[in-house]
Amino acid sequence: MNTLNSQLPVAPACCAETQRRPSSDEGGSPLNSRGPGTWQPKIAAFFCNWCTYTAADLAGVSRLKYAANIRVIRLMCSGRVDPQFILEAFARGADGVLIGGCHPGDCHYVEGNYKMLRRFQMLKRVLHDMGIAEQRCRLEWISASEGEKVRTVVNDMVQQLIPLGPLNLPGRVVEWDKEMAVLEHAVHQLSTPNSQPSTLTQP
Amino acid sequence: MKTATNGSLRIGFYVCHCGHNIGGIVDCPAVAEYVSRLPGVVLSRDYKYMCSDPGQELIQQDIREHHLNRVVVASCSPLLHEHTFRTAVERGGLNPFFFQMVNIREHDSWVHTDREEATAKAKALAHAAIHRVRFHRPLETKRVPIHPDVLVVGGGITGIHAALTLGNAGKKVFLVEREPSIGGHMAKFDKTFPTLDCAACILTPKMSAVRSHENITLWTYSEVVKVQGYVGNYTVTVRRKPRYIIEELCVGCLECVKSCVYKEPKFLDEFNVGLSRRKPIYIPFPQAVPQVVLIDPERCLQVKTGKCKKTCLEACADRKAIDFSQKEELVEIKVGSIIMATGFKLFDAKRIPQYGYGLYPNVVTSLELERLVTSSGPTSGEIILRDGSKPKTAGFILCVGSRDTRSNRWCSRTCCMHSMKLAQLFREHTQADVTIFYMDIRAPGKGCEEFYDKSLREGIRFVRGRVAEVTDWALAKEEEGKLVIRVEDTLAGFVRRIPVDMIVLAVGMEPQADAQEIRRMFNLSCSTEGWFLEKHPKLAPVSTFTDGIFISGCCQGPKDIPDSIAQAGAAAAECMALIDKGYIEQEPNTAYITEEECSGCKSCIPLCPYTAITFDDAKAKASINEALCKGCGTCVASCPSGSIKQHLFEDEQIFSEIEGVLAY
Repeated sequence: MNTLNSQLPVAPACCAETQRRPSSDEGGSPLNSRGPGTWQPKIAAFFCNWCTYTAADLAGVSRLKYAANIRVIRLMCSGRVDPQFILEAFARGADGVLIGGCHPGDCHYVEGNYKMLRRFQMLKRVLHDMGIAEQRCRLEWISASEGEKVRTVVNDMVQQLIPLGPLNLPGRVVEWDKEMAVLEHAVHQLSTPNSQPSTLTQP
Repeated sequence: MKTATNGSLRIGFYVCHCGHNIGGIVDCPAVAEYVSRLPGVVLSRDYKYMCSDPGQELIQQDIREHHLNRVVVASCSPLLHEHTFRTAVERGGLNPFFFQMVNIREHDSWVHTDREEATAKAKALAHAAIHRVRFHRPLETKRVPIHPDVLVVGGGITGIHAALTLGNAGKKVFLVEREPSIGGHMAKFDKTFPTLDCAACILTPKMSAVRSHENITLWTYSEVVKVQGYVGNYTVTVRRKPRYIIEELCVGCLECVKSCVYKEPKFLDEFNVGLSRRKPIYIPFPQAVPQVVLIDPERCLQVKTGKCKKTCLEACADRKAIDFSQKEELVEIKVGSIIMATGFKLFDAKRIPQYGYGLYPNVVTSLELERLVTSSGPTSGEIILRDGSKPKTAGFILCVGSRDTRSNRWCSRTCCMHSMKLAQLFREHTQADVTIFYMDIRAPGKGCEEFYDKSLREGIRFVRGRVAEVTDWALAKEEEGKLVIRVEDTLAGFVRRIPVDMIVLAVGMEPQADAQEIRRMFNLSCSTEGWFLEKHPKLAPVSTFTDGIFISGCCQGPKDIPDSIAQAGAAAAECMALIDKGYIEQEPNTAYITEEECSGCKSCIPLCPYTAITFDDAKAKASINEALCKGCGTCVASCPSGSIKQHLFEDEQIFSEIEGVLAY
């Protein structure tokens, strides 16, 4: 085993956020102020047509001001949110993902929001294992009348994301791929017959 | 034109300034310039008002001239103008679903202040739409027939007017009222402002017209307990509570009431807000519609214990209208549209203890005074104190439970006028000195300012200031035996103590206590205050987010009788528009299955709340009934093999949108 370990790279850097250890891409200082040059998180949001999207419209009609970091994608129901959408958003460079649905019991389609909640609980574990901090993916129930809540949730999320810094998942994926390549190479070398005797074949 | 879609992409992009609404914050020409460089875009323009006729004409012209096969408009919310632009695209000769809308007003320019950030966001959102629209496909809207019958919930003046309007137009209406009689709050009023018409004289003919109308089925003492279905096809379950009287046989002679074993009325009368008493068998009020007595099951000895001489049965004799064996009944009806007219409840004055309601007997609410003033009321129209004497002075306290951060923040809109009306009647009946304590007098309606003038001329005094407290603690001789109002007179600039005999609290309006349950049952939204939410505050004031359900009257927010009736008419007209069209075009956002990919795992079947998915045993594949599918997409998101797809929300459309919003 010793020989194998010595040839493998150290533990992958992917669990950075969940272990509260700064990763290479998180070197920046916490940024609290909005202004030219300061880093701003990008949030992709999936809002249901009937409650949360309407609430965001209401926030607009009421001229409530909130952070411009959020980009909303409209779906008919939060039940349409496929966990793949969330992963895709992170993979495309989102620093946070917000899902908005009707309050429990208020779903326009009876219970789509419960279905989302169920998936969300499972997805959270996947995200944790991927080393993505909990604060980066958020599910909120916002009814059509809660324009104010849209503002507080968005502002609050931005405040929470700024100290975390960029997620840069696309960059990390490249890193992971490199690590995997190194690993594979090592394994390949160990298992090929003309290399040195390996512990891998006789553990 | 459709052949062009199979060839190269030709996207036309339009960004709307919306006057200064968008253009003031978002750099529209910059957005248009950015989009013009995206692949597939052949045309990118910014324009002052895209929704205007010339704006729509511009789209149509460009489709023809530049052979566009996709159109993207960045302007306001799709909930507002998506339909407008789809129609414009269709008129240009393109399938209307080759269109995508970008919301850069409600979601951008109205909520952000930084020009650079807002412009960046607009670019990102536009980018997403350009990406997405590539995957759009031509779709057909589907038509669903509308059941021609209408349900009106609530039999106050609003519900009555809506039912009559529809009935007169030849539509079949079910009017369901929770109380034993229709009439609502208006039936309790003596006169109405600002014309001082007798409320009963204008209301009771409408009430009896409802009763005798051939197109209206009136169900009083009944409640809606379940609503299923969707626009055009609602199935509603109504619970009919037992009155223990056979409605068709009772003629309202009241012989049974006279002969009841309770010789004297003993129980508080709900209609007279507890100012008088009634027997266990009673008629709510003399003009009640239907003119039918009812038995209070909580009070009647026979219903409660089964041990009564049943003198009422003897009095009813061979009419045999009394039936103690009546049971609650559940009736199912089918309707195409629904009008909500469930009204309001009055603020409970006990919640403001410093005004002494419930503590001092001569502090009354405006509705209690209304009953005292009415000639058919408990005192036959005499305003008297609890000891039977006539008041010589009175004070009206306004905004009780309105415009107050500790109770309700909204203005109840009617209390100023209502109080001035009561003050005038008060003076007419008693020649008392009347003072109104107000914060602002709000008399904006037609004839209302003149009514305010009249009140001033008739010697009603007005003191501006929110009353601090009401007390019976006399500090001077003239205050003894009186109620003292302590108030800062903000016009005179000092604190005053004003002793009066009677105090009237102008209590505000609140949403019904069960508004939340009702809202859930009908799948409506509520404002934060609890009033039912309209689809658009200006352009769709009686529509809701649930198609086919309309709101009118005070369930939508406080309003006076003319406004309630206007809304009732509007809601009735909306229903008629649906019915007379005969069908509704539904958004083609239904889910569908690509059979060759379906593995037959059945995991989608229990997810569908509309049981639209069935399993075809022969083929071992799931299949979706498009007529039942409402387009939520829950099954699409959970299909493990990815074989379920949704029109308008295809996976590749959403993925490309995700890529787009994060691209800038």
